[in-house]
Amino acid sequence: MTFATLAEALTLVFQLQVLLAILGGAVYGLFIGALPGLTATMATALLVPLTFYMAPLPAIALIVSSTAMAITAGDIPGALLRIPGTPASAAYTEESYAMTRNGDAVRALSIGFFFSATGGLIGALVLLITGPALARLSLNFSSFEFFWLALLGLLTCALVSGANPVKGAVSLAIGLLIATVGLDVTSGQPRFTFGSIELSGGISFIPVMIGMFAFSEILRGLSNASTGDLPKASAESGKQRPYQGIWPLLKTYPFSLLRGTAIGSSLGALPGVGGDLAAWIAYGISARFSKTPEKFGKGHPEGLIEATSANNAGLSSAWIPALVFGIPGDAVTAIAVGVLYMKGVAPGPRLFVENPTMPTAIIMSFFVANLLLFPLGYVAIRCARMVLAVPRNVIVPMILVCCFLGSYAINNTLFGVGIMLVAGLIGYVMERNDFPIAPVILGLVLGPVLERNFIMSMQISRGNLMGFFDRPVACVLGIFVIGMIALTIFNSLRKLARSSDGGGGGDAQNAFKP
Amino acid sequence: MLKDVIKTGRRVFCATGLALVATAGAAMADWPEKAVTLIVPWSAGGGTDATARAVASELEEAFGQPFNVVNRTGGGGLVGHSAIANAKADGYTLGIITIESTMYAAQGLSGVTPDDFTYIGRFNADPIGINIAADAPYGDAKGLIGAMEEDPMSIAASGANRGGLSHLAWVGLLDKLGIPADQVNWVASDGSAPALQQLASGAIDVVSTSPAEAQSLVDAGEAKTVALISSERSSLYPDLPTTSEIFGTDWSPLPFRAVAGPKGIPDEVVSKVEAALKDITEDPEFISLMSSRGFSVAYQDAATFEQTVKSSAEGLTAAMKSAGLTQ
Repeated sequence: MTFATLAEALTLVFQLQVLLAILGGAVYGLFIGALPGLTATMATALLVPLTFYMAPLPAIALIVSSTAMAITAGDIPGALLRIPGTPASAAYTEESYAMTRNGDAVRALSIGFFFSATGGLIGALVLLITGPALARLSLNFSSFEFFWLALLGLLTCALVSGANPVKGAVSLAIGLLIATVGLDVTSGQPRFTFGSIELSGGISFIPVMIGMFAFSEILRGLSNASTGDLPKASAESGKQRPYQGIWPLLKTYPFSLLRGTAIGSSLGALPGVGGDLAAWIAYGISARFSKTPEKFGKGHPEGLIEATSANNAGLSSAWIPALVFGIPGDAVTAIAVGVLYMKGVAPGPRLFVENPTMPTAIIMSFFVANLLLFPLGYVAIRCARMVLAVPRNVIVPMILVCCFLGSYAINNTLFGVGIMLVAGLIGYVMERNDFPIAPVILGLVLGPVLERNFIMSMQISRGNLMGFFDRPVACVLGIFVIGMIALTIFNSLRKLARSSDGGGGGDAQNAFKP
Repeated sequence: MLKDVIKTGRRVFCATGLALVATAGAAMADWPEKAVTLIVPWSAGGGTDATARAVASELEEAFGQPFNVVNRTGGGGLVGHSAIANAKADGYTLGIITIESTMYAAQGLSGVTPDDFTYIGRFNADPIGINIAADAPYGDAKGLIGAMEEDPMSIAASGANRGGLSHLAWVGLLDKLGIPADQVNWVASDGSAPALQQLASGAIDVVSTSPAEAQSLVDAGEAKTVALISSERSSLYPDLPTTSEIFGTDWSPLPFRAVAGPKGIPDEVVSKVEAALKDITEDPEFISLMSSRGFSVAYQDAATFEQTVKSSAEGLTAAMKSAGLTQ
């Protein structure tokens, strides 16, 4: 990319029409994202008719800024009401909600917005420099490599499940089991559908997520109504300004930000796997290498910083395989590719050669959209604080309405509402018995990825398990993952031996630390 | 701009309020006197969705009532197709159906058979192409089939789920060429995007999908389209030879997109929409919109289309039998 291209792209982006589109998309994305259960995909799909009447760049800029905003704003209901906005944000919902319960809601939201935006800015910068090269690299990944990455993602379960890894593993298995419901892609056979056509479509993670996190929380509130379990705005947080105290955090955890951004940028570029995986792996790695892993899950900023920055950095990377090779990595980029085609801008390598200003301008609009996150986030945090001031008997019915709307809107059927209610009951029973919820979502999101890539690989290697080590990258990933598992087993055995020697009670969580 | 925003707002409102609108029901005076729901069995943003939305906005213009696109996804399209077939036959719930609707019954999936629809008209049909890696040792379709004849298991192909149209088009062709279809290595994937990724990474050898989907990879010099599994050349890719030309087969499984409704909707609705659809497919704006995304416009009226559905259902059922996929 030459300087001239950059300058040309800048002049394209800094047209009133484009900037208005970015601003409009951001405000719209903020609203959709902040409503629990409404997703970035839905926000994008609803924008498509509008793009018919727009020029190519404003149309894409609109989609870019609304997704960036919707995904970031999805952290608001996660932090305040424990309703994660995206499967990625489910990785750190517990953490930010714990912060809110400690009376630090403003801090949780500030971290969310600030590090999302920073991660997004760095991610966009990385793309600007490495874009097409990164895309070529991502093309080398096949189902063999994706399988290992998905397995690595599942391993983070041990790190998100808090004090009891065994119960975490049970939760994960429940998630994996739910993921098997529906038509099996490999054989075309229905599994666990009990003759229901609705179930043959599988169980979508959105109603499960809303049910398990939000609805179960309401149930819990009802069952100990007198104490009032919902978080309140503490006197201190009432005075706290948005972004207050961010600078010391930035100085304390610079590596978390950089590592999160690196994980997000690189994993995000892998089509179909990256986006959801990045935040989970970032959170897991953060806990694994933290100096204070025991603080995770109790409202500690470190993992939050790493995961949110990974989340937004991955967002822009996901566009790279879509722009360079026309292979969309998720629903949002699939819609965007469609819009590009309709605007006569066919994605592909020719786009970068014949019309390099266009992809550069698209990445630049990521930049502007992420910059906008700072001021809009400020406003959003100030408004969000009011949510906590609303009396409990008003907020609970509102959450309930949001639960119903969000799970209904996913497929416009009452079936989703049913799933949400059942998931809520299961989630309530699980939490009562100290089974963590996040691993269920992890299993539900990664289950299909793991299974499909495993089956595809086995079909390709014709049943030979050594196929997973045939390709160089797969081999390295495989050894790394197996090494992680072996190390964990070894450490827990050693702990066990030591604790039986000393007669002391072994701390199960420490078994997972080196 | 403001008008558009209002329009989008209305769509959002309509989408959430649909259940109410759809069940309200009213005596048929002069169809349509209220909003019509258009069910799409595939996800928002995909090819079928994009064409459906284009058709919906043109129908809206033609009839002066909103045509609301509702995506009912899941189960390889089964959920949405059965929602169309089981809708109230008052003409206020129609849908966009695809060729998968002809295959569920033979797969042993209950819910939808080709007899459950009232066919209104087809607006698109695009052949499936055979795509291979650019550096594959066999340069063309003949070489590829030659390699398959030597060892059918050595070539891994993908493009969709097992029993999906890409799969059937591929095994159907091989079956016609005398290659034992039950020995073919089909790698089940969740659509063409992951399959193309596999092709580019060198893990598999063939992807059967529409040439439009593979276009970017072809441009990048990673893949090439060697033939269309069809008996007629595509107007969008006039240079691509067909398998009928190369091998003299008569195998032409054309995926279609068409408007249909539940069985028994009023004749008035069928004739009105059929006529409107014919006009739409002749509208240059619609044609250029379709071709910009790599979709050709191929209109068929209700009667002709019903015949197409019946014959492709027969051909595909036969292909499924040969691949050992029928129940």
